[in-house]
Amino acid sequence: MKINVSNIAKLANLALEDNEKKSFEDQLSEILNYVEKLKELNTDAVSETSQVTDLENVKREDKTTPSLSQEEVLSNTSSKHNGFFKTEAILTE
Amino acid sequence: MDLNGLTLTAVKKGLLKKDFSSVELVKSCLSQIDKFDSQINSFITVCQETAIKQAELSDEEIKNGNDLPLLGVPIAVKDLFLTKDVRTTAASNVLKDYIPQYDATVVEKLKDAGAVIVGKLNCDAWAHGSSGENSDFGPTKNPWNKEYIPGGSSSGSAAALASGMCIASTGTDTGGSIRLPASFCNVVGLKPTYGKVSRYGIVAMASSLDSIGHFTKTVEDNALFLNVTAGKDILDATTPDIKVPDYTKNIKNGLRGIKIGIPKEYATKKEGIDENILRVFGDSLKQFESLGAKIIEISLPHTEYAIACYYIIQPAEVSSNLARYDGIRYGNTRQNFGKEAKRRIMLGTYTLSSGYYDAYYKKAMKVRTLIKKDFEDAFNKVDAMITPVSPTLPWKLGEKINDPLKMYLSDIFTVTANLAGIPGLSVPAGFINGFPVGIQILGKHFSEELLYRIGYAYEQETKFYEQKPNL
Repeated sequence: MKINVSNIAKLANLALEDNEKKSFEDQLSEILNYVEKLKELNTDAVSETSQVTDLENVKREDKTTPSLSQEEVLSNTSSKHNGFFKTEAILTE
Repeated sequence: MDLNGLTLTAVKKGLLKKDFSSVELVKSCLSQIDKFDSQINSFITVCQETAIKQAELSDEEIKNGNDLPLLGVPIAVKDLFLTKDVRTTAASNVLKDYIPQYDATVVEKLKDAGAVIVGKLNCDAWAHGSSGENSDFGPTKNPWNKEYIPGGSSSGSAAALASGMCIASTGTDTGGSIRLPASFCNVVGLKPTYGKVSRYGIVAMASSLDSIGHFTKTVEDNALFLNVTAGKDILDATTPDIKVPDYTKNIKNGLRGIKIGIPKEYATKKEGIDENILRVFGDSLKQFESLGAKIIEISLPHTEYAIACYYIIQPAEVSSNLARYDGIRYGNTRQNFGKEAKRRIMLGTYTLSSGYYDAYYKKAMKVRTLIKKDFEDAFNKVDAMITPVSPTLPWKLGEKINDPLKMYLSDIFTVTANLAGIPGLSVPAGFINGFPVGIQILGKHFSEELLYRIGYAYEQETKFYEQKPNL
């Protein structure tokens, strides 16, 4: 099992150092080899489980309730402007 | 005995009878932290001033004749639970300066019940780990032997409680993170049924597996605590609208006629299982029999696939949950993730990526169905099950840190409960070479009442909880 660590890091928005790349490649390959074990099981007729207690379509009343103030929401950022979060530009002209 | 060594049940009686005040009790916990936590490292933040202030208010309430379930009781909270105006780090540098604007539902419930929050507890960063060593705030030490790990990820929760620094503590259990440290530190730990306790306001790890539980010194204490935290929360859609019983009500009903299953896959000699642990486990079975329970061998045939299944589903959900930490709205940049978080994000990103999703994630979700069905079939034959919590004793600090797969395999007896969504109660079961050993009692969905009844009968017979580490 060969894993392209640089590509995965890019997808995950992680910047890896060179020495990390090598150790992650080895460790992730070892883990992926281990989980290959699941292939021994025939699961063609088995459905998936994502919710274990069988709850379905849980809804609540569509009523507004008080929320955090703008000031509170912005209290943990170092980058704000005129009451908004300020981010790097994504689109350029 | 010092006040900080008392059980929750004893503390409640003492406060009500005014044998001592909440201020005295809180101060005795704070002084224990002051004396010993430089060696144990179980707290990230200690709320000295607000705790004493809250204790003074509690004493006023008690004087006025008010009675709340946890009035004036010092509780410590895993640093994954958001606490309004008190720094919440998830033990990661990403959140090292994060001050929440609101309380987690559980924290709100604890405060409403009169609890005094004494501080925020160390853990593996983002709850990723089985030893506590992945914390960016340094590893927590096992109070029974400070060269050894206390178990993780709720490392500080178990170590602080075992050290008498609080009367109860909260934790989270995604693959064993409450039961393992409880067993390694000689305290009682509950992983409730998935959805029994609200996850709202608690840093998410793997959302289909995360269970919110707690640590106490005794089983009865544990039931009292669940009375406060359990129940429907409109802010967590996985919490069912089921009435919360008084979990202490039937706790003394005994074991006569109860059928207890022993999964043969967990209890036989196999590579990696410490023989001494099997011996202690065997001793516990004799106790259960003498208490009137019927012991029946059962089988959970897909057990050997559980870790593989778990280590696909869990990192996949981790990679998704940790994608929100971009350093823009709160917290520091993604550069601040530690090695284990990066490893899990990478693993999850890989198994969810285009072309691999079916082979890994979808396959694992199918195997999860088989594991869940193993338990459903078994619970047609028995009322509950008993298994060891860990295949080994606590290991030395540093021993497994460079071998993630070996570390992952220490969860072999605990991850199945998370995959199946069932509750598990870890109770002290004895000692080997001075290290505590625990057993877990597993039951059907929402069978916490029965687990407490079984745990209580065993605990009253054995009283291992009375033994305290020599700090």
